[in-house]
Amino acid sequence: MFRIMEKRLLAPAVHQLVVEAPLVARRARPGNFVIVRTDETGERIPLTIADYDPEKGSVMLVVQEVGKSTMDIGLMEEGDSFTDVAGPLGQATPIKKVGTIVGVAGGIGVAPLLPQIKLHKEIGNHVITIVGARTRDLLILKDETEQASHEVIFATDDGSSGYHGFVTGALEELIKQGRQIDEVTAIGPVRMMQATCNLTRKYNIPTLVSLNAVMVDGTGMCGCCRVTVGGETKFSCVDGPDFDGHKVDFDELASRQAFFRDEENLARELAEQKRGGCRCHEK
Amino acid sequence: MPKQSPEERRSNFREVALGVDPELAVREAKRCIQCKTKPCTKGCPVEVEIPEFIALMAQGKFREADAKIKEKNSLPAICGRVCPQESQCESLCTLGKKFKPVAVGSLERFAADWTRENSPESGCEKTNTDGPALSLCTAADGIERPSARIAVIGSGPAGLTCAAELALMGYGVDIFESLHDTGGVLRYGIPEFRLPKAIVNQEVDYVRSLGVRIFTNVLVGTTLDLNEMLAKGEYQAAFIGTGAGLPYFLEIPGENLNGVYSANEFLTRVNLMKAYRFPEYDTPVKIGKRVAVVGAGNVAMDAARTSLRLGADDVKIVYRRSRTEMPARLEEIENAEEEGVQMFLLTNPVRIVSDGKGGVGAMECIKMELGEPDASGRRRPVPVPGSEFTMDVDTVIVAVGQGPNPLLARATQGLALNRKGNIEVRDEYGATSIPGVWAGGDIVTGAATVISAMGAGKRAARGIDIWLRSQS
Repeated sequence: MFRIMEKRLLAPAVHQLVVEAPLVARRARPGNFVIVRTDETGERIPLTIADYDPEKGSVMLVVQEVGKSTMDIGLMEEGDSFTDVAGPLGQATPIKKVGTIVGVAGGIGVAPLLPQIKLHKEIGNHVITIVGARTRDLLILKDETEQASHEVIFATDDGSSGYHGFVTGALEELIKQGRQIDEVTAIGPVRMMQATCNLTRKYNIPTLVSLNAVMVDGTGMCGCCRVTVGGETKFSCVDGPDFDGHKVDFDELASRQAFFRDEENLARELAEQKRGGCRCHEK
Repeated sequence: MPKQSPEERRSNFREVALGVDPELAVREAKRCIQCKTKPCTKGCPVEVEIPEFIALMAQGKFREADAKIKEKNSLPAICGRVCPQESQCESLCTLGKKFKPVAVGSLERFAADWTRENSPESGCEKTNTDGPALSLCTAADGIERPSARIAVIGSGPAGLTCAAELALMGYGVDIFESLHDTGGVLRYGIPEFRLPKAIVNQEVDYVRSLGVRIFTNVLVGTTLDLNEMLAKGEYQAAFIGTGAGLPYFLEIPGENLNGVYSANEFLTRVNLMKAYRFPEYDTPVKIGKRVAVVGAGNVAMDAARTSLRLGADDVKIVYRRSRTEMPARLEEIENAEEEGVQMFLLTNPVRIVSDGKGGVGAMECIKMELGEPDASGRRRPVPVPGSEFTMDVDTVIVAVGQGPNPLLARATQGLALNRKGNIEVRDEYGATSIPGVWAGGDIVTGAATVISAMGAGKRAARGIDIWLRSQS
């Protein structure tokens, strides 16, 4: 169970994994996530499902190596198995026919955005997708994004590909061109989602964000992933992970994400020592 | 019962209560006067035949005593450790009217531990296979039963007990557990120093040895749909024992600061994820030097004592009522105080103050006094005007109870809930609004004890058996 059927390097230290998980694949919906563990001493790691295939009995996950646990995943090969994959977790993203939606993704946020925009397109929304990355090499899943969208804008911070600047710049240009935008969905780093929401708030465009709070069980049991939305405390795992971005307290989210930074750094350093250096520049 | 000394134990996670030796066990068992009325038995939620097992103990027949207990209770090594005997069997002991009651809990623990340590294998020799689990065991009571398979949701005390009872009747039983490991609160909630995980493993193995299959990482309600499982005929009946898995918070300002944990999160990190062994285990836990644990139940005591073991210098229990109202077992309160946990009673937190860097800097509290009795019959705590003060803490653990986890109920059509979100049951067996589905334990009653959940699991097994036999 939970065997890695396919593994592909999408960008330096960014991996695409197709994992055997038939029960999860059968009931997964856009927006859902899984909790995985690599081995008996591993953490419970929440990962948003990037694609699912009930017939093949598999889910697709995209993982960027940032800490010890994601580095462990990076080391896994095709044929290896996760000890645990539990899901699908979280509420499915509410996807309705609204007209035109803009999907905004930062970094590997494009992976969890894909199933959402696919469904948007399927039910008849016009889909514009803006994908941003630091540089050209970090733009991933470009073909898949083009297939799932009517229009795609790639943006790079260094201008090495597409629009030169942040995704918010590209989005603001669209708005200023007078394009009718009925809804925005933003997925990516906290500050990128926050900036997107600050922009869309100005123009009164409803915006959904997918929050990546720190979790332990992922089933509502521990409350570690609590976020403030509209002044109320919500649990990302069971009330989300999608929320009205205009109501989310992003500063609190960013602060809570950093709570275990010292421990994360220690674990990563120990792992790097053990492996003789980091692997992020390989391949 | 001998214990590790407070100085020693406050810095390790090994079991505090060390258990008794055979000689002491026999001597204690001989204190039982084998009275005719057997009041102790009436105090046991799972109806263990207490005088009968104690009589065997008095003769040194420990294995037989263990078997006697297991006729009614599948998890004696756990119950001997975490049951509140002082308010159940032992509180009713005839001897206890004039002298100390017989130490039923210690004897139960001894019988189970001795048998486990002195036998290669216990239970029936059925192995856990991937094939259908139908009728793997012969019914212990010799009654012929229809062939049926039952889904048990949750592998905590209620689920394990219900599963074991049904397996002993000869039914096929599959347990579905949402986490990656078994035991529910026995695993994630109760710390190693009070209930070693090796004991939980062995008790779960015993339930498996009865032919029960356990599937981890399966959330019924999301991974599988309960109504679909029943409609497809994969299962003829189901028991829901999903526990109280949604922590309550205080709903005061500052509660989302870093360094504020629910007791569930704190204990899950330490117990289930073994964060006390970080970085050998990947999951971290951060503890400050000055910890306030809000609440005074067993979970609060567990969190306070765990904080000490993780290296906190100063640990306070903050509770808005007085000592008399503290819901924790007396034994646990004593253990905590011996280890140096301080009690701030009649004290209520009103605000958690930031340290300016997103963490906890202090906690503002107000003194309380007891007024008129409230709906629960306990005197209602009311704030004393002008008594506000600041407590110098850097970590706050909120242990004020848990509500029902919404995942299963939200996804299961036709399952009736009460106002609090607990599953509504219609009879003493725990029948729910869905035909063929029973429920019991904390998901029905709200957070209670291990043994009351076990009692509910047992009654549900009886209800399921009656229903299945009436259907055939």
